[in-house]
Amino acid sequence: MVKFISAAEAVTFFQNGQTLMIGGFLNCGSPELVINELLKTDLKDFMLIANDTGEANTNRGKLICAGKIKKAIVSHIGTNPETVRLYNEGKIEIDLQPQGSLAERVRAGGAGLGGILTPVGIGTKAAENKRIIEVDGKEYLLETPLHADIAVVYATYADRYGNLEFHGSTRNFNVLMPPAADIVVAEAEHISDEPLNPDNIAVPGIYVDYLIDGGRNGTL
Amino acid sequence: MELSKEQTQEIIARRVAQEFHDGDVVTLGIGLPTKAVKYLPQNINIIIQSENGVLGVGRYQDDTTRDCHITNAGGLGVTLNAGGCFLDSLASFSMMRGGHIDITVLGALQVDAAGNLANWCIPGKYTPGMGGAMDLVVGTKRLIIAMEHTAKGAPKILQKCTLPLTAVHKVNRIITEKAVFDIASDGLVLKEISSYSSIEDIRASTAADFRIELLR
Repeated sequence: MVKFISAAEAVTFFQNGQTLMIGGFLNCGSPELVINELLKTDLKDFMLIANDTGEANTNRGKLICAGKIKKAIVSHIGTNPETVRLYNEGKIEIDLQPQGSLAERVRAGGAGLGGILTPVGIGTKAAENKRIIEVDGKEYLLETPLHADIAVVYATYADRYGNLEFHGSTRNFNVLMPPAADIVVAEAEHISDEPLNPDNIAVPGIYVDYLIDGGRNGTL
Repeated sequence: MELSKEQTQEIIARRVAQEFHDGDVVTLGIGLPTKAVKYLPQNINIIIQSENGVLGVGRYQDDTTRDCHITNAGGLGVTLNAGGCFLDSLASFSMMRGGHIDITVLGALQVDAAGNLANWCIPGKYTPGMGGAMDLVVGTKRLIIAMEHTAKGAPKILQKCTLPLTAVHKVNRIITEKAVFDIASDGLVLKEISSYSSIEDIRASTAADFRIELLR
Protein backbone atom coordinates (compact mmCIF):
# COMPACT_ATOMS: atom_id res chain seq x y z
CA MET A 1 0.00 0.00 0.00
CA VAL A 2 1.26 3.45 -0.88
CA LYS A 3 2.59 5.61 1.94
CA PHE A 4 2.16 9.37 2.18
CA ILE A 5 5.41 11.16 3.00
CA SER A 6 6.92 14.62 2.82
CA ALA A 7 9.55 15.58 0.26
CA ALA A 8 12.07 15.85 3.10
CA GLU A 9 11.31 12.26 4.16
CA ALA A 10 11.73 11.08 0.56
CA VAL A 11 15.30 12.30 0.54
CA THR A 12 16.23 9.73 3.21
CA PHE A 13 15.88 6.98 0.54
CA PHE A 14 18.63 8.48 -1.59
CA GLN A 15 22.29 7.48 -1.54
CA ASN A 16 25.33 8.74 -3.42
CA GLY A 17 25.81 7.22 -6.84
CA GLN A 18 22.29 5.94 -7.34
CA THR A 19 20.54 5.85 -10.71
CA LEU A 20 17.53 8.18 -10.75
CA MET A 21 14.71 8.40 -13.25
CA ILE A 22 12.97 11.77 -13.16
CA GLY A 23 9.82 12.40 -15.19
CA GLY A 24 8.91 15.52 -17.15
CA PHE A 25 9.44 17.24 -20.49
CA LEU A 26 11.21 20.55 -19.91
CA ASN A 27 8.97 22.14 -17.25
CA CYS A 28 5.80 20.29 -18.20
CA GLY A 29 4.87 17.52 -15.78
CA SER A 30 8.17 17.83 -13.96
CA PRO A 31 8.41 16.93 -10.26
CA GLU A 32 10.21 19.57 -8.24
CA LEU A 33 9.56 19.04 -4.51
CA VAL A 34 12.01 16.15 -3.96
CA ILE A 35 14.61 17.91 -6.09
CA ASN A 36 14.38 21.01 -3.92
CA GLU A 37 15.02 18.86 -0.83
CA LEU A 38 17.90 17.01 -2.52
CA LEU A 39 19.55 20.36 -3.15
CA LYS A 40 19.76 20.90 0.63
CA THR A 41 21.82 17.72 1.09
CA ASP A 42 25.41 16.67 0.28
CA LEU A 43 24.14 13.75 -1.81
CA LYS A 44 25.82 13.54 -5.22
CA ASP A 45 27.23 11.45 -8.10
CA PHE A 46 23.80 10.41 -9.34
CA MET A 47 23.16 8.98 -12.75
CA LEU A 48 20.13 10.75 -14.19
CA ILE A 49 17.77 9.16 -16.70
CA ALA A 50 15.30 11.73 -18.03
CA ASN A 51 13.97 13.20 -21.25
CA ASP A 52 16.13 16.31 -20.92
CA THR A 53 18.18 18.27 -18.39
CA GLY A 54 15.55 21.00 -18.09
CA GLU A 55 16.51 24.62 -17.77
CA ALA A 56 19.19 26.05 -15.50
CA ASN A 57 16.82 27.21 -12.76
CA THR A 58 14.09 24.57 -12.84
CA ASN A 59 13.58 20.97 -11.69
CA ARG A 60 16.19 18.52 -13.12
CA GLY A 61 18.27 21.42 -14.34
CA LYS A 62 18.93 22.50 -10.76
CA LEU A 63 20.51 19.13 -9.95
CA ILE A 64 22.86 19.59 -12.90
CA CYS A 65 23.78 23.12 -11.83
CA ALA A 66 24.41 21.95 -8.26
CA GLY A 67 26.94 19.41 -9.57
CA LYS A 68 24.96 16.45 -8.26
CA ILE A 69 24.75 14.57 -11.56
CA LYS A 70 27.78 12.57 -12.65
CA LYS A 71 26.21 11.13 -15.76
CA ALA A 72 22.98 11.78 -17.62
CA ILE A 73 21.21 9.58 -20.15
CA VAL A 74 18.90 12.04 -21.90
CA SER A 75 17.72 13.03 -25.37
CA HIS A 76 18.35 16.77 -25.15
CA ILE A 77 20.53 19.19 -23.18
CA GLY A 78 20.28 22.33 -25.32
CA THR A 79 17.80 24.16 -23.08
CA ASN A 80 20.17 24.09 -20.12
CA PRO A 81 23.33 26.10 -20.89
CA GLU A 82 24.91 24.79 -17.69
CA THR A 83 24.68 21.17 -18.90
CA VAL A 84 26.24 22.20 -22.20
CA ARG A 85 29.07 24.04 -20.41
CA LEU A 86 29.82 21.16 -18.00
CA TYR A 87 29.71 18.72 -20.92
CA ASN A 88 32.08 20.79 -23.06
CA GLU A 89 34.46 21.05 -20.09
CA GLY A 90 34.33 17.30 -19.53
CA LYS A 91 32.79 17.70 -16.05
CA ILE A 92 29.69 15.65 -16.71
CA GLU A 93 29.18 12.53 -18.79
CA ILE A 94 26.29 12.87 -21.22
CA ASP A 95 24.87 9.91 -23.08
CA LEU A 96 22.52 11.38 -25.70
CA GLN A 97 19.83 9.00 -26.91
CA PRO A 98 17.04 9.41 -29.47
CA GLN A 99 13.97 10.31 -27.44
CA GLY A 100 11.72 7.52 -28.67
CA SER A 101 14.45 4.94 -28.12
CA LEU A 102 15.03 6.28 -24.62
CA ALA A 103 11.32 5.92 -23.87
CA GLU A 104 11.33 2.34 -25.17
CA ARG A 105 14.43 1.49 -23.10
CA VAL A 106 12.65 2.69 -19.96
CA ARG A 107 9.59 0.69 -20.94
CA ALA A 108 11.73 -2.42 -21.55
CA GLY A 109 13.23 -1.98 -18.09
CA GLY A 110 9.83 -2.07 -16.46
CA ALA A 111 8.22 -4.60 -18.77
CA GLY A 112 10.59 -7.52 -18.39
CA LEU A 113 11.95 -7.19 -21.93
CA GLY A 114 15.53 -7.87 -22.96
CA GLY A 115 15.44 -4.79 -25.15
CA ILE A 116 13.70 -3.48 -28.24
CA LEU A 117 14.65 -3.30 -31.93
CA THR A 118 14.42 0.07 -33.67
CA PRO A 119 15.57 1.43 -37.04
CA VAL A 120 16.18 4.81 -35.39
CA GLY A 121 19.83 5.85 -35.28
CA ILE A 122 21.15 3.42 -37.90
CA GLY A 123 24.08 5.10 -39.64
CA THR A 124 24.49 7.74 -36.92
CA LYS A 125 26.47 8.20 -33.70
CA ALA A 126 23.43 6.86 -31.82
CA ALA A 127 24.36 3.41 -33.15
CA GLU A 128 27.81 3.44 -31.52
CA ASN A 129 28.39 0.48 -29.20
CA LYS A 130 24.99 -0.99 -30.03
CA ARG A 131 24.31 -4.33 -31.68
CA ILE A 132 22.71 -4.34 -35.11
CA ILE A 133 20.20 -7.13 -35.66
CA GLU A 134 18.72 -7.92 -39.06
CA VAL A 135 15.07 -8.89 -39.30
CA ASP A 136 13.63 -9.77 -42.73
CA GLY A 137 16.51 -8.00 -44.44
CA LYS A 138 16.17 -4.75 -42.52
CA GLU A 139 18.67 -3.49 -39.93
CA TYR A 140 17.63 -2.55 -36.42
CA LEU A 141 19.50 -1.37 -33.34
CA LEU A 142 19.15 -3.40 -30.18
CA GLU A 143 18.25 -0.91 -27.45
CA THR A 144 18.77 -2.41 -24.02
CA PRO A 145 16.56 -1.93 -20.94
CA LEU A 146 17.13 0.81 -18.37
CA HIS A 147 16.46 0.45 -14.66
CA ALA A 148 16.70 2.90 -11.78
CA ASP A 149 17.13 2.73 -8.04
CA ILE A 150 14.58 5.50 -7.59
CA ALA A 151 12.03 7.11 -9.91
CA VAL A 152 10.58 10.50 -9.06
CA VAL A 153 7.51 11.32 -11.12
CA TYR A 154 4.82 13.97 -11.36
CA ALA A 155 1.08 13.30 -11.41
CA THR A 156 -1.82 15.72 -11.63
CA TYR A 157 -4.12 13.55 -9.50
CA ALA A 158 -3.53 10.62 -7.15
CA ASP A 159 -5.75 8.62 -4.82
CA ARG A 160 -4.83 6.82 -1.60
CA TYR A 161 -4.23 3.64 -3.57
CA GLY A 162 -1.36 5.35 -5.36
CA ASN A 163 -3.18 5.42 -8.69
CA LEU A 164 -2.08 8.32 -10.89
CA GLU A 165 -3.95 10.42 -13.43
CA PHE A 166 -2.62 13.12 -15.73
CA HIS A 167 -3.87 16.33 -17.30
CA GLY A 168 -2.70 17.76 -20.62
CA SER A 169 0.75 16.91 -21.91
CA THR A 170 2.11 15.96 -18.47
CA ARG A 171 2.15 12.21 -19.09
CA ASN A 172 5.42 12.16 -21.08
CA PHE A 173 7.92 9.92 -19.22
CA ASN A 174 5.95 10.00 -15.94
CA VAL A 175 3.82 7.04 -16.92
CA LEU A 176 6.77 4.97 -18.20
CA MET A 177 9.17 5.25 -15.31
CA PRO A 178 7.31 3.78 -12.32
CA PRO A 179 7.55 0.12 -13.46
CA ALA A 180 11.29 0.53 -14.17
CA ALA A 181 12.49 1.63 -10.72
CA ASP A 182 12.95 -0.12 -7.37
CA ILE A 183 11.51 2.77 -5.36
CA VAL A 184 8.88 5.08 -6.86
CA VAL A 185 8.02 8.47 -5.42
CA ALA A 186 5.12 10.36 -7.03
CA GLU A 187 4.46 14.04 -6.47
CA ALA A 188 0.75 14.62 -7.07
CA GLU A 189 -0.73 18.09 -7.36
CA HIS A 190 -4.06 16.91 -6.05
CA ILE A 191 -4.85 14.02 -3.72
CA SER A 192 -8.34 12.65 -4.14
CA ASP A 193 -10.17 11.22 -1.13
CA GLU A 194 -12.28 9.13 -3.47
CA PRO A 195 -10.68 6.46 -5.67
CA LEU A 196 -9.85 7.86 -9.12
CA ASN A 197 -12.06 6.77 -11.99
CA PRO A 198 -10.54 3.42 -13.05
CA ASP A 199 -11.12 4.34 -16.71
CA ASN A 200 -8.72 7.27 -16.40
CA ILE A 201 -5.86 5.78 -14.40
CA ALA A 202 -2.59 6.00 -16.34
CA VAL A 203 -0.30 4.53 -13.66
CA PRO A 204 -1.67 1.74 -11.46
CA GLY A 205 -1.02 2.30 -7.77
CA ILE A 206 0.90 -0.95 -7.37
CA TYR A 207 3.89 0.73 -9.03
CA VAL A 208 3.91 3.66 -6.63
CA ASP A 209 5.56 3.28 -3.21
CA TYR A 210 5.35 6.82 -1.87
CA LEU A 211 3.08 9.77 -2.53
CA ILE A 212 3.84 13.40 -1.84
CA ASP A 213 0.89 15.77 -1.63
CA GLY A 214 1.67 18.73 -3.85
CA GLY A 215 -1.00 20.63 -1.95
CA ARG A 216 -2.87 22.18 -4.86
CA ASN A 217 -6.19 20.78 -3.62
CA GLY A 218 -8.18 21.30 -6.77
CA THR A 219 -6.60 24.52 -8.00
CA LEU A 220 -4.61 24.09 -11.19
CA MET B 1 18.70 42.39 -53.25
CA GLU B 2 19.73 41.75 -49.65
CA LEU B 3 16.99 40.10 -47.56
CA SER B 4 16.64 40.61 -43.84
CA LYS B 5 16.49 37.56 -41.56
CA GLU B 6 12.73 38.09 -41.12
CA GLN B 7 12.12 38.40 -44.87
CA THR B 8 14.19 35.29 -45.52
CA GLN B 9 12.27 33.28 -42.96
CA GLU B 10 8.91 34.49 -44.25
CA ILE B 11 9.77 33.49 -47.83
CA ILE B 12 10.69 30.00 -46.64
CA ALA B 13 7.69 29.66 -44.33
CA ARG B 14 5.27 30.75 -47.09
CA ARG B 15 6.72 28.17 -49.47
CA VAL B 16 6.62 25.41 -46.84
CA ALA B 17 2.94 26.16 -46.23
CA GLN B 18 2.20 25.10 -49.84
CA GLU B 19 3.37 21.56 -49.08
CA PHE B 20 0.45 20.51 -46.91
CA HIS B 21 -2.75 18.74 -47.92
CA ASP B 22 -6.02 19.02 -46.05
CA GLY B 23 -6.06 16.57 -43.16
CA ASP B 24 -2.31 15.89 -43.12
CA VAL B 25 -0.80 14.84 -39.80
CA VAL B 26 2.26 17.04 -39.51
CA THR B 27 5.22 17.46 -37.22
CA LEU B 28 7.11 20.73 -37.29
CA GLY B 29 10.53 21.53 -35.87
CA ILE B 30 10.89 24.42 -33.45
CA GLY B 31 11.54 27.82 -35.04
CA LEU B 32 11.27 28.36 -38.78
CA PRO B 33 9.24 25.20 -39.63
CA THR B 34 6.56 26.18 -37.08
CA LYS B 35 6.17 29.60 -38.78
CA ALA B 36 4.70 27.88 -41.86
CA VAL B 37 1.39 27.43 -40.02
CA LYS B 38 0.76 31.19 -40.31
CA TYR B 39 0.67 30.93 -44.10
CA LEU B 40 -1.52 27.85 -44.55
CA PRO B 41 -3.82 28.28 -47.57
CA GLN B 42 -7.55 28.61 -46.80
CA ASN B 43 -9.37 25.28 -46.76
CA ILE B 44 -6.21 23.47 -45.71
CA ASN B 45 -6.43 22.21 -42.16
CA ILE B 46 -3.62 20.13 -40.73
CA ILE B 47 -3.28 18.12 -37.52
CA ILE B 48 -0.07 19.01 -35.73
CA GLN B 49 1.60 16.39 -33.59
CA SER B 50 4.09 17.50 -30.95
CA GLU B 51 6.61 14.94 -29.66
CA ASN B 52 6.00 15.76 -26.01
CA GLY B 53 2.54 14.25 -26.32
CA VAL B 54 0.02 16.49 -28.07
CA LEU B 55 -1.95 15.50 -31.18
CA GLY B 56 -3.88 18.50 -32.44
CA VAL B 57 -1.75 21.45 -31.34
CA GLY B 58 -3.76 24.68 -31.53
CA ARG B 59 -2.64 28.24 -31.00
CA TYR B 60 -0.11 29.71 -28.59
CA GLN B 61 -1.38 30.64 -25.15
CA ASP B 62 -0.07 33.67 -23.35
CA ASP B 63 1.55 33.09 -20.00
CA THR B 64 -0.98 34.68 -17.69
CA THR B 65 -4.08 32.79 -18.70
CA ARG B 66 -2.72 29.56 -19.99
CA ASP B 67 -3.20 26.04 -18.75
CA CYS B 68 0.41 25.32 -17.82
CA HIS B 69 -0.07 21.59 -18.33
CA ILE B 70 -0.40 21.84 -22.12
CA THR B 71 2.79 22.75 -23.95
CA ASN B 72 4.50 22.10 -27.25
CA ALA B 73 7.92 20.48 -27.59
CA GLY B 74 9.54 23.88 -27.09
CA GLY B 75 7.88 24.17 -23.69
CA LEU B 76 5.54 26.96 -24.82
CA GLY B 77 1.90 26.95 -23.77
CA VAL B 78 -0.53 25.89 -26.50
CA THR B 79 -4.20 24.97 -26.84
CA LEU B 80 -5.59 21.65 -27.96
CA ASN B 81 -7.78 21.70 -31.07
CA ALA B 82 -11.16 19.97 -31.13
CA GLY B 83 -10.67 16.27 -31.81
CA GLY B 84 -7.16 16.31 -30.39
CA CYS B 85 -5.73 14.22 -27.59
CA PHE B 86 -2.74 13.75 -25.34
CA LEU B 87 -0.14 11.00 -25.54
CA ASP B 88 2.62 9.68 -23.33
CA SER B 89 6.13 9.56 -24.79
CA LEU B 90 5.79 5.92 -25.87
CA ALA B 91 2.57 6.58 -27.78
CA SER B 92 3.94 9.79 -29.25
CA PHE B 93 7.02 8.10 -30.68
CA SER B 94 5.10 5.02 -31.80
CA MET B 95 3.04 7.41 -33.89
CA MET B 96 6.18 8.86 -35.47
CA ARG B 97 8.19 5.69 -35.89
CA GLY B 98 5.21 3.68 -37.06
CA GLY B 99 4.70 5.79 -40.18
CA HIS B 100 1.60 7.68 -39.06
CA ILE B 101 2.98 11.19 -39.70
CA ASP B 102 2.36 12.44 -43.24
CA ILE B 103 4.84 15.31 -43.39
CA THR B 104 7.69 16.37 -41.15
CA VAL B 105 9.37 19.74 -41.56
CA LEU B 106 12.66 20.30 -39.79
CA GLY B 107 15.54 22.75 -39.87
CA ALA B 108 19.06 21.58 -40.61
CA LEU B 109 22.70 22.45 -40.09
CA GLN B 110 23.59 20.53 -43.27
CA VAL B 111 21.79 18.44 -45.89
CA ASP B 112 23.53 16.54 -48.65
CA ALA B 113 22.86 15.26 -52.15
CA ALA B 114 22.17 11.75 -50.83
CA GLY B 115 19.36 12.99 -48.60
CA ASN B 116 21.43 12.77 -45.42
CA LEU B 117 20.58 15.24 -42.68
CA ALA B 118 22.70 16.73 -39.88
CA ASN B 119 20.88 18.86 -37.34
CA TRP B 120 21.82 17.91 -33.78
CA CYS B 121 25.52 18.35 -33.14
CA ILE B 122 28.56 20.46 -34.00
CA PRO B 123 31.30 18.49 -32.23
CA GLY B 124 33.10 20.52 -29.59
CA LYS B 125 30.95 23.59 -30.20
CA TYR B 126 27.25 22.95 -29.95
CA THR B 127 25.62 19.71 -28.87
CA PRO B 128 21.99 20.29 -27.90
CA GLY B 129 21.14 16.64 -28.53
CA MET B 130 18.93 14.92 -31.06
CA GLY B 131 15.78 15.04 -28.92
CA GLY B 132 13.10 13.36 -31.00
CA ALA B 133 14.58 14.26 -34.40
CA MET B 134 16.11 10.86 -35.18
CA ASP B 135 12.88 8.98 -34.41
CA LEU B 136 10.84 11.50 -36.35
CA VAL B 137 12.83 11.41 -39.58
CA VAL B 138 12.97 7.63 -39.69
CA GLY B 139 9.21 7.16 -39.53
CA THR B 140 7.72 10.09 -41.41
CA LYS B 141 6.19 9.52 -44.85
CA ARG B 142 7.76 12.70 -46.20
CA LEU B 143 10.64 14.76 -44.82
CA ILE B 144 11.06 18.38 -45.84
CA ILE B 145 14.00 20.47 -44.71
CA ALA B 146 13.22 24.17 -44.32
CA MET B 147 16.29 26.30 -43.79
CA GLU B 148 18.22 29.35 -44.87
CA HIS B 149 20.29 28.49 -47.91
CA THR B 150 23.59 29.40 -46.28
CA ALA B 151 24.93 30.02 -42.77
CA LYS B 152 26.97 33.24 -42.65
CA GLY B 153 27.58 32.81 -46.37
CA ALA B 154 28.71 29.18 -46.09
CA PRO B 155 26.71 26.59 -48.04
CA LYS B 156 24.51 24.20 -46.02
CA ILE B 157 23.58 22.03 -49.01
CA LEU B 158 26.62 19.84 -49.57
CA GLN B 159 27.77 16.91 -51.66
CA LYS B 160 28.32 15.05 -48.37
CA CYS B 161 27.50 16.13 -44.82
CA THR B 162 30.53 16.69 -42.58
CA LEU B 163 28.66 16.94 -39.26
CA PRO B 164 27.27 13.93 -37.30
CA LEU B 165 24.16 12.68 -39.08
CA THR B 166 20.60 12.66 -37.78
CA ALA B 167 19.48 10.20 -40.44
CA VAL B 168 20.71 8.55 -43.62
CA HIS B 169 18.92 8.92 -47.00
CA LYS B 170 15.69 10.31 -45.54
CA VAL B 171 15.27 13.85 -46.89
CA ASN B 172 12.73 14.22 -49.72
CA ARG B 173 12.78 17.99 -50.30
CA ILE B 174 14.80 21.07 -49.31
CA ILE B 175 13.13 24.49 -49.21
CA THR B 176 15.26 27.64 -48.85
CA GLU B 177 14.76 31.32 -49.66
CA LYS B 178 16.60 30.71 -52.93
CA ALA B 179 15.36 27.35 -54.18
CA VAL B 180 13.42 24.13 -53.85
CA PHE B 181 15.41 20.94 -54.34
CA ASP B 182 14.20 17.35 -54.39
CA ILE B 183 16.43 14.45 -53.53
CA ALA B 184 16.21 11.81 -56.25
CA SER B 185 17.99 8.46 -56.35
CA ASP B 186 20.70 10.02 -58.52
CA GLY B 187 21.14 13.15 -56.37
CA LEU B 188 19.87 16.70 -56.08
CA VAL B 189 17.29 18.06 -58.47
CA LEU B 190 16.57 21.80 -58.64
CA LYS B 191 12.78 22.15 -58.92
CA GLU B 192 12.15 25.85 -58.26
CA ILE B 193 14.15 29.06 -58.35
CA SER B 194 12.87 31.72 -55.99
CA SER B 195 12.08 35.14 -57.43
CA TYR B 196 14.68 36.41 -54.97
CA SER B 197 17.42 34.31 -56.55
CA SER B 198 18.89 33.15 -59.84
CA ILE B 199 20.53 30.03 -61.17
CA GLU B 200 23.94 31.72 -60.86
CA ASP B 201 23.24 32.66 -57.25
CA ILE B 202 22.09 29.11 -56.45
CA ARG B 203 25.15 27.56 -58.10
CA ALA B 204 27.42 29.91 -56.14
CA SER B 205 25.79 29.12 -52.79
CA THR B 206 25.24 25.36 -53.14
CA ALA B 207 28.20 23.03 -52.56
CA ALA B 208 26.69 20.07 -54.36
CA ASP B 209 26.06 19.01 -57.95
CA PHE B 210 22.46 19.14 -59.10
CA ARG B 211 20.46 18.68 -62.24
CA ILE B 212 17.71 21.08 -63.21
CA GLU B 213 14.14 20.02 -63.73
CA LEU B 214 12.06 23.09 -63.02
CA LEU B 215 8.41 22.77 -62.08
CA ARG B 216 7.66 26.34 -63.05
